[in-house]
Amino acid sequence: MAVDESQKGKTYAPFEYEIGREKIREYANAVGEFNPVHHDRKAAQAAGFRDVVAPPMFAVVFSTGSVAPAILDPEVGINFARMLHGSQEFEWGEPVCAGDTITTETTIEDLYERTGMEFFVFKSVSKNQNGDEVVRGTWTNIVRGG
Amino acid sequence: MADLAVGDQIPELKVTPDKYLPHRYAGASGDFNPIHIDPEFAKAVGLPGNILHGLYGMAQVARAAQQAAGGDPRSLKRLSVQFRGMGFPEQEITVTGTVREERDGRLVIATEAAQGDNRIIRNAEAEIEPAG
Repeated sequence: MAVDESQKGKTYAPFEYEIGREKIREYANAVGEFNPVHHDRKAAQAAGFRDVVAPPMFAVVFSTGSVAPAILDPEVGINFARMLHGSQEFEWGEPVCAGDTITTETTIEDLYERTGMEFFVFKSVSKNQNGDEVVRGTWTNIVRGG
Repeated sequence: MADLAVGDQIPELKVTPDKYLPHRYAGASGDFNPIHIDPEFAKAVGLPGNILHGLYGMAQVARAAQQAAGGDPRSLKRLSVQFRGMGFPEQEITVTGTVREERDGRLVIATEAAQGDNRIIRNAEAEIEPAG
């Protein structure tokens, strides 16, 4: 096993995602976010949001379309049979509301070997239609040796 | 939020994902990896059964941190987690956390999620701040 360090810094085409009210509700119901600001437009607006607001972890929904092609890139060479999602970080900025269009770009931040395992670190940066950053994610996948 | 100080524990969050939760989370998130939704497939690749999505567990840690801050989604500024043990449906998840420090007007919480003795999310760190 050997990681191809020349892939470090590689970037992928931006991915655009339109935030839908029902999608936010579906996600909020699945994870148990029952605060009315995630379900009811009036409650969200009363709390100062433009529209129904996404729970912070909804970031995975609009980021995946950008991150997945990087993880699946054959030039990166991840062995999926041995891959684990090792760690994850999100840093949030502007809230994401229904009606927003979020554009996410992914970069290979790092890839390296340590103690017989391969580490692949992807960085995603998501911005809304006004150019405001809404979230940045660090996705670390680990491939066990063997 | 105002009541939390360094060294305090955040209120525990408990949730038991039902048998079909991984299916609903798959639909909501778009992650249909069969190890999460197909017990037969999961067993064929050496797992005890279908396992929870790691990011579902992370969403529970996010929820606990947000609740500690008073419930406003804007209060959660950063969350990092390590996925370790496998999580399973129909077992109660408990999220616990302790305020480790105050930094730049934010509270930094050391937190984790476990099903019994099986710590499914470890070394997690959340930063919360009151909504402005």
